[in-house]
Amino acid sequence: MDLQIIWFVLIAVLWIGFFVLEGFDFGVGMLLNVVGKTEAEKRAVLTTLGPVWDGNEVWLLVAGGATFAAFPEWYATLFSGFYLPLFLILVALILRGVAFEYRSKLGGKVWRKNWDRLITVSSFLPGLLFGVAFANIAKGVPLEVDANGASQYVGGFFNLLNPYALIGGVFITLVFLTHGAIFLSLKTSGTIHDRASALVFKLGAYAAVFALIFLAWTQFAYSNNPGITLITILLVVVFWVSGLFFHRAGREGYAFISSSAAILFTVTSLFAGLYPNVMPSSLDPSSSLNITNASSSEYTLKVMTIVAVIMTPIVLIYQGWTYWVFRKRISAKQIVNAESGVLDGASK
Amino acid sequence: MNLDLARWQFGITTVYHFLFVPITIGLGFLVAGLQTAWVRTDKEKYLRGTKFFGRLFLINFAMGVVTGIVQEFQFGMNWSDYSRFVGDIFGAPLAIEGLLAFFLESVFLGLWIFGWDRLPKKLHLATIWMASLGTALSAYFILAANAFMQHPVGYIYNAETGRAELVDFFAVLTQNTAVSAFVHTMSFAFFTAGAFMAGISAWLLVKGKSVDVVKSTMRLGVITTIVAFIAIVVSGDYVAKIMVQQQPMKMAAAEALYETTDAAPFSLFTIGTLDGSRPVFQIDVPNVTSFMATGSFNGEVKGINNLQAEYVAKYGEGNYKPNIPIAYWTFRLMIGLGTLALLFAVYALYATRGNRRPTSMWFARGALALPVIPLLANSAGWIFTELGRQPWAVFGLMKTADGVSPNVTVPMLLTTLIGFTFLYGILAVVEVSLLAKAVKLGPPASSPITNPKNVGGSDTKELTFTY
Repeated sequence: MDLQIIWFVLIAVLWIGFFVLEGFDFGVGMLLNVVGKTEAEKRAVLTTLGPVWDGNEVWLLVAGGATFAAFPEWYATLFSGFYLPLFLILVALILRGVAFEYRSKLGGKVWRKNWDRLITVSSFLPGLLFGVAFANIAKGVPLEVDANGASQYVGGFFNLLNPYALIGGVFITLVFLTHGAIFLSLKTSGTIHDRASALVFKLGAYAAVFALIFLAWTQFAYSNNPGITLITILLVVVFWVSGLFFHRAGREGYAFISSSAAILFTVTSLFAGLYPNVMPSSLDPSSSLNITNASSSEYTLKVMTIVAVIMTPIVLIYQGWTYWVFRKRISAKQIVNAESGVLDGASK
Repeated sequence: MNLDLARWQFGITTVYHFLFVPITIGLGFLVAGLQTAWVRTDKEKYLRGTKFFGRLFLINFAMGVVTGIVQEFQFGMNWSDYSRFVGDIFGAPLAIEGLLAFFLESVFLGLWIFGWDRLPKKLHLATIWMASLGTALSAYFILAANAFMQHPVGYIYNAETGRAELVDFFAVLTQNTAVSAFVHTMSFAFFTAGAFMAGISAWLLVKGKSVDVVKSTMRLGVITTIVAFIAIVVSGDYVAKIMVQQQPMKMAAAEALYETTDAAPFSLFTIGTLDGSRPVFQIDVPNVTSFMATGSFNGEVKGINNLQAEYVAKYGEGNYKPNIPIAYWTFRLMIGLGTLALLFAVYALYATRGNRRPTSMWFARGALALPVIPLLANSAGWIFTELGRQPWAVFGLMKTADGVSPNVTVPMLLTTLIGFTFLYGILAVVEVSLLAKAVKLGPPASSPITNPKNVGGSDTKELTFTY
């Protein structure tokens, strides 16, 4: 029982890592064409993500893998149930990664414009869809126990697009947008910095409105542990508001830490609202998946705990070190020959 | 229908993903070697080689990463009953692969790519070694998971939960099926990357581009190819012997051997059917299959029909034969194409001895084909390994047909199957065209190296590498 709680918390931690880290890089991707006007500016924007986006995405992979290992029933029901949204997320992540690596290799205007569009769209989609997915998990989806005793999702695709979930999707998207704008204002200087900074308060205010609607709805309609979620939701509000004001005051580092903390408590409130369920059924509570009936054996959890306890701090240290290595701000002035790509010479 | 579509999808996404994996693993180490040579000797040709093959490595790596995400998700999406049944065992190596290997490779590769402006020389060198270590670790854990499917160990069947459960993780990680598959696959990765480096360098040599650089990289590529080939043969021999013990049906299918035979021959080539009736034409090398399978020229090799009867008695009614022609031909393609690549690499070394520089069109074309051939051999090898295990997903424990997601419908499967295939097709065109451009351009001109003295670099100096 204790190990199942540990793994429930660890999986929450992995999702927190993903939302905080890849959250800003989704935001930066969405803002690429808004903040970057010239080629040099766009490339400077992308270069802020360059060294880190792939490491950030690993949090998602490990969250998926850890769910598979610790709660196979949850992994199986969730991934087969949310099939089409996951497919769209995968397509977006594939295009996005390739776009980052390839867009500046050649200088052609059409080539770059197409990749830029893809970066924008593929940065919007995952945030929106993860928002929708997590809201549906919080709300509960139609699960039925089949002949083999497995809880299967029986809802179809459009069932996932209910008002509560859509608000959740917009909420997460706006949070990522704001978080990305704060990151850009922290990591750049010059024109990109000024444009990104100018967006923060406005985006943050919209996000706050959706946050209040969504989190209040969650609190009153779906929370299993209203005491804890009330506290975490208040913390979301405190950190979000303080983040926006830190940013106003020109304290970009504190602003980024605050928005990260707000995201941390957002994910925490979703998981705390679920516990001890991992995937409640909207049809019949007896077909809900919880940390007991979805979990792996005691032995597997023990093995995984040992590995996680040793490895997670090490990962945090070297990934943290990366952010320190790349701590300098980037400006469009540092990008030479922005219009041409390194592989252009070949075609001449 | 569901089963077929799910299998096609798994096959397409996995074979496609694995086109990028061996190059990533092998080339990472080779580029790390080149950069080490530069750091130690300060010779410019090694730096230019590092930058050139580093560039090709990254174009390839991007595809490997993004197609790898699908791998992590599709067990749950298309194979949810499989995930339920073996998740207690199979999930652990996947999760550990992520925690131990994916983080290492992604984070340190980010440091390497953008570190030219941010890290002192030696620290920067260390990052590519760390990233390469990550790729090798990744291979180990995923192969341990695959080895469990070939030969399940360290588990018990729990009747109460209705699933297989882990009881000995150490056994899963260290069983000889996993270790030998790791050595064999890593050897093939180095072979592939060596051939990639050798072929591209040889082509540039013919074109007379940056001769001093590509001459060194061609040597490095060819020597890697030769050494790796020896490792492939030695490990392959061991893999085959284990396979005969653990999955005799696969070996019988590889030879299309229907009746149990002492002194079984190895047929190089067959015209006609492989259904056990007399083929139209066949070239046999006597006793070789017996030797491969048992280590003795007169060892007994079990036949397909005998094994089928044995399995019916053991597992109940059913067809326990894999697709024989596919097993037979992919086995030969793996060996044949691998050997072909080796021969061309050795010939390239011979043709460029001393200061000789081949100029023929024929040689140039062969050089360009060289990187592709091992990729086909890899694919053939894995198609053989996986299709040869059918009808089992986990040998003797779970049939593939029982693993498919029950609630995923045919239109859903068609959407993702067509979607991925279409997307992967377009990306292949983009990737190959970028690789071709990079190869045509050749090693970049020498540029002063900007590795800063302190960690972090500058926020005003022009950057040498940006997105």
